[in-house]
Amino acid sequence: MQGELIKRACELLEDGTVNRVLGWQKGQFVYDITPAVFTSVEDVKEHFVYNDFCADNLSKYLIKESEKEGKVLVFLKPCDTYSFNQLQTEYKIKRENVYIIGIESYGKVDVEKLRQRGIEGITDIENVNGTLKVSTIYGEEQVPAYEVMLNRCLTCKSKKHVVYDELVGEDGEVVADSGRFDMVEKLEKMTAEERFNFWRGELSRCIRCNACRNVCPACTCEKCVFDNPNSGTQNRGARDSFEENMFHIIRAYHVAGRCTDCGECSRVCPENIPLHLLNRKFIRDINEFYGEFQAGEEVGQMSPVAAYTEHNDVEPSIVQKGGAE
Amino acid sequence: MSVNENKPYEPKIIAFCCNWCSYGGADLAGTNRLSYPANVKIVRVPCSCRVNPQFILRAFQRGADGVIVCGCHPGDCHYSTGNFHTRRRMALLFSMLNFLGVESARTRVEWVSAAEGARFKSVMDSFVADITKLGPNRRLEDIRCKEN
Repeated sequence: MQGELIKRACELLEDGTVNRVLGWQKGQFVYDITPAVFTSVEDVKEHFVYNDFCADNLSKYLIKESEKEGKVLVFLKPCDTYSFNQLQTEYKIKRENVYIIGIESYGKVDVEKLRQRGIEGITDIENVNGTLKVSTIYGEEQVPAYEVMLNRCLTCKSKKHVVYDELVGEDGEVVADSGRFDMVEKLEKMTAEERFNFWRGELSRCIRCNACRNVCPACTCEKCVFDNPNSGTQNRGARDSFEENMFHIIRAYHVAGRCTDCGECSRVCPENIPLHLLNRKFIRDINEFYGEFQAGEEVGQMSPVAAYTEHNDVEPSIVQKGGAE
Repeated sequence: MSVNENKPYEPKIIAFCCNWCSYGGADLAGTNRLSYPANVKIVRVPCSCRVNPQFILRAFQRGADGVIVCGCHPGDCHYSTGNFHTRRRMALLFSMLNFLGVESARTRVEWVSAAEGARFKSVMDSFVADITKLGPNRRLEDIRCKEN
């Protein structure tokens, strides 16, 4: 796959279709993949990486990249294309400045899960028909890919690219029964007390590093409410339970109706807080109250949070009737 | 020993009332000499959709035990569509608060028109009774903001 992508990127750079490439490069280790912009063929050949650790959603980087002169080539996985459409709906990306190569993806690897299996000192990874061949400094290990996948990939909602200029690999289908709301449902069935204790256990670990905000393709405000020094929520560690709750409620609320459920927030969280559950709760509520809605499915969709109907909307009192105390 | 120890529990309620309907309703309750509980502190807003979710969280932080948002009946908004937006936003916000384990009875949205002074009183009576039963807000409190 990597060779194919490099070949295509070099062709497009050489014939002048694009003047730079947005992709991934190796960090200090093979699993520390970092997004990068390549401007020359030599650069691409030398540093471009695509392997099972390339989980980063590149759509957000296009906000700045698509404003620059000339076209940029970008590689998007199915989940990233939803974010791309959503950003285009919000007029954050100039579509004419972007050349998209859709790449098939059947899930990316969570390095933590590899470590839990005692696989350390990873030097290389290769995916052969769903079996990972992991080379380490101690030798080679083989692991079935689905056992060490990122949690977000285990409940993948769609393997279909909703936008692309060309495809490498096959286009998949929307997964109808992904089971991504199972955990939300489980929490809803608990009592308020149990839910409160669950979330205290999770959110009290928050160190307010703002990684979830910075990586989120829906968090695109140039001036974020959490950077406002007068708001009382400016960048600093949360001082008590209220501030932890406040940050996460507002963060999830600000992306409600625009969150495509790409799962980047939970992936980057250094404390492994399941932040996607908050977003999924909003998605589930929106689906339930206002009809099925998938942000980023098409360009130009109206967010259900910004829309309304005059007569059929549920009243906020539905929460009292429905929820267990 | 605290001075307040023997006093019965009095909840603090913040009511966001829209200028055109609910605030008028509160006014009418006053001119009709209908008394509603003194626990209710009214914040006047131009429209119920002015109420940012952060206002509600902030009210809880600063020591409110219950927050109620009052607006015009759907369809009667002074700005035509403001309360339709309130309805969606608050349904989602309250659902999220409930998801995080905050008791769902602590938050409420009611539609009160300027002609409904009696309804304003009955809404506030029942809300205060609910909150008194629930007791002080412990799950969304900020201990730095406590008086004692």
